[in-house]
Amino acid sequence: MTDLAIKFESVGKKYRYFTLEDIHLQVPAGQIMGLIGPNGAGKSTTIRILMGLIHQDHGDVRVLGHRMPVEQVAAKWDIGFASEDMRLYEAMTLDWHMRFIRSIYPQWDAAYAQLLLKRFGLRAEQKIKGLSHGQRVKATLLLVLARRPRLLVLDEPTTGLDPVARHEILRELTAVMNDEGRSILFSSHNTQDVEQISDQITFIDRGRVIDSMDKEAYLDRWRRLRLEAPSGIALPALPGVINIRQTGRLAVATSNAFVPGIASAYENSGARVQTIENMTLEEIFVAKVEHSREEHEEVGA
Amino acid sequence: MDSGILISQSDKRPIYLQIIEQIKRRIAVGDWTEGQPIPSIRQLAVDLQVSVITVKRAYLELEREGVIVTQQGRGSRVAADAGLGKRLHQEELQKHLEHAIRLSALLGIEPEELESRLREASDNIAAKEIK
Repeated sequence: MTDLAIKFESVGKKYRYFTLEDIHLQVPAGQIMGLIGPNGAGKSTTIRILMGLIHQDHGDVRVLGHRMPVEQVAAKWDIGFASEDMRLYEAMTLDWHMRFIRSIYPQWDAAYAQLLLKRFGLRAEQKIKGLSHGQRVKATLLLVLARRPRLLVLDEPTTGLDPVARHEILRELTAVMNDEGRSILFSSHNTQDVEQISDQITFIDRGRVIDSMDKEAYLDRWRRLRLEAPSGIALPALPGVINIRQTGRLAVATSNAFVPGIASAYENSGARVQTIENMTLEEIFVAKVEHSREEHEEVGA
Repeated sequence: MDSGILISQSDKRPIYLQIIEQIKRRIAVGDWTEGQPIPSIRQLAVDLQVSVITVKRAYLELEREGVIVTQQGRGSRVAADAGLGKRLHQEELQKHLEHAIRLSALLGIEPEELESRLREASDNIAAKEIK
């Protein structure tokens, strides 16, 4: 047994126009990992490698202790995977799908499936072709959740949903965490969802993991400082400050490794610290992506 | 048990701080009494639909401040500290005072002037209550 649900070690995959570079990733059992990245960043490629749907060029992937892709058959009994491009049979009812999944997976929980039908406002006798986008997403999730897999892998589970449906899905995902042995990895470009329910976060941009760690520790490292600097005073460049924007007498500094010493260093230089603000995951994500692209381009140039 | 805690998305503070503040308020007003069991970390996370790690962080901080105690395998409860409610009110007062001091520094108000303004405000409130 391992206490890591997912482990990626220098995993890479090269395509003609896109390269997934040296991905390192760890999801401890019992936790939720949120994968955030712009469109085309490599989130879906990472998830497909994780599921054994695409084979990596190099690197070691372990899911629930199984080596991927070679042991994918054994691993998949315990993984519930849902993505947008998953097709249900249009002409068949949701009930038909439920019976189909039940015939394959003996651990199917019929009572939980009934509960989910009710909570998601779905009707088992309805044919798939009559369902809205939100209902299809919920139906797919129901089919996955009712198997009670040890690991849920969800590619963009809340994209394109109305606020009520999004809320319903987030509630079911957090409810899964009542059981300490279960884990979730989900990708999203909705940073608010990720900030709310994840224990771990990973930022991916242009095929690279630019940060991956404990969400609380990560949020805690970032601050925005609003400074008042009398004219003629040059604000010092400080370690831990990745960006400073000065217009007139006011400046805004962004720190990704905040310690109170940063504020006192500005005070000592003659500036006054007006406020020190926490940042949302969305603000951090944008700042981090910009900073990482600048750094990467400098190195490349 | 319904925690009655509500996470606000328009609140600029991190979620763990909102949880800490609302638990303290529950205790300060006497809804949660000394020694009373409170929801487990996982229960509260599921209830609030936030990550386990966020609630864990709030509980650790509350423990460090002596507001709650957690025993391995027996869950968490409000600390058996007779003066806790009062102490939490004191803490809140202190925060407001510090905020007022920072604001007056921003406006260039001297401590003596702030003192007299405080007395004035207090007289105003007393006058209103007499009416």
